Amino acid sequence: MRCVKCQGTASVDLPSRNAAYCAPHYLDHFEYEVGHNIRSLKMFTPDERVLVAVSGGKDSLALWETLIRLGYKTTGFHIHLGIGEYSDLSREKTEAYARAHGVELIVVEVEAAVGATIPEVSKALRRVPCSGCGLTKRYLMNRTAREQGFSVLATGHNLDDEAATLMGGVLHWQMDSLGRQAPALESTHARLGRKVKPLYTLSEKETASYAVLRHIDYVVDECPHSVGALSLLYKDVLNRIEAESHGTKLRFFQGYLKNLRPALASAGQKVELRECATCGEATTAEVCAYCRMVQQVYRWKQRRVAPAPTPAPTTPAPASPSA
Amino acid sequence: MKVVFRIPKPHQVEVQGRRRVSDLAKELGFNLESHLVIRGDDLLTRDAMVEDTDTIEVRPAISGG
Repeated sequence: MRCVKCQGTASVDLPSRNAAYCAPHYLDHFEYEVGHNIRSLKMFTPDERVLVAVSGGKDSLALWETLIRLGYKTTGFHIHLGIGEYSDLSREKTEAYARAHGVELIVVEVEAAVGATIPEVSKALRRVPCSGCGLTKRYLMNRTAREQGFSVLATGHNLDDEAATLMGGVLHWQMDSLGRQAPALESTHARLGRKVKPLYTLSEKETASYAVLRHIDYVVDECPHSVGALSLLYKDVLNRIEAESHGTKLRFFQGYLKNLRPALASAGQKVELRECATCGEATTAEVCAYCRMVQQVYRWKQRRVAPAPTPAPTTPAPASPSA
Repeated sequence: MKVVFRIPKPHQVEVQGRRRVSDLAKELGFNLESHLVIRGDDLLTRDAMVEDTDTIEVRPAISGG
């Protein structure tokens, strides 16, 4: 297979785009695509400070690398989840990347913020770890972005993430989440920043190819808690279809953005946001889901420490300890 | 050739004979839409030929939970 730009031997073939590229031209293609997404959806400008959520995986590190190369002002934000060696390795890789590139990185530990690691949160809530993990990450990313003066938060969600989320939303007709899914979400409250996904048109294989060709040292291993996750099943199904019908994932998600989302957005009711009575963050309830989770974790820990006859505390736990 | 898989459990498979990456994928049952095929520092396209003397890594591109 030959590179469509120079006719040299191709390293990456992209049947969905009817193209193949040698390594240097693939890197150009990837960075051009990310830059185009940022500009076309007005995600942010070169003058804005961007907080980039970095897990240590291929997508977030590929995003950070690209934004740095495109000249954007970035700071990394890593959340240490407390998932044993997996989290330690993720932090190590992220910190090593920041050191090697001389870029600023903010690290927050879930154990310090919530009072428990993600596996402990899962036990306290009696729910799968991904549930408390997602809630905690969204809360800490938003709070940190605001506290540190960033107007925009960028995440490494790629085309496969977006198509799988959309598929889940359609299969279960989750109209609320369907109406909210978008590659660029404007702030809807003074305490909520803009959220953007510059990789939304690039498949997971494209981001992995970029990371390998740029020699980015990322965490290859999967989160141990993701085994059996529905999102992985949806991704597998979509990639089986993609193998037989190239371009399906991109058409599926872009078709949603063009045809369905505008209708859902105009038909949907406006969500009234207020400030959480405990921590002050934006929420639809009196006390936000994060604070309720922290209180539940606190009570669970108290029960584990205290012998059975000891009564539970009558006042809520401190809900939002500093990160 | 040696074909190395790192996920879900690290393991290695021996395959005899020169063939295309797409044929290797069919034979070993992995999807080229969701896996990278790596030889040394190079990524291989589906039509690339792999040789008996090669060591190939098949790396999943899919992550998430």
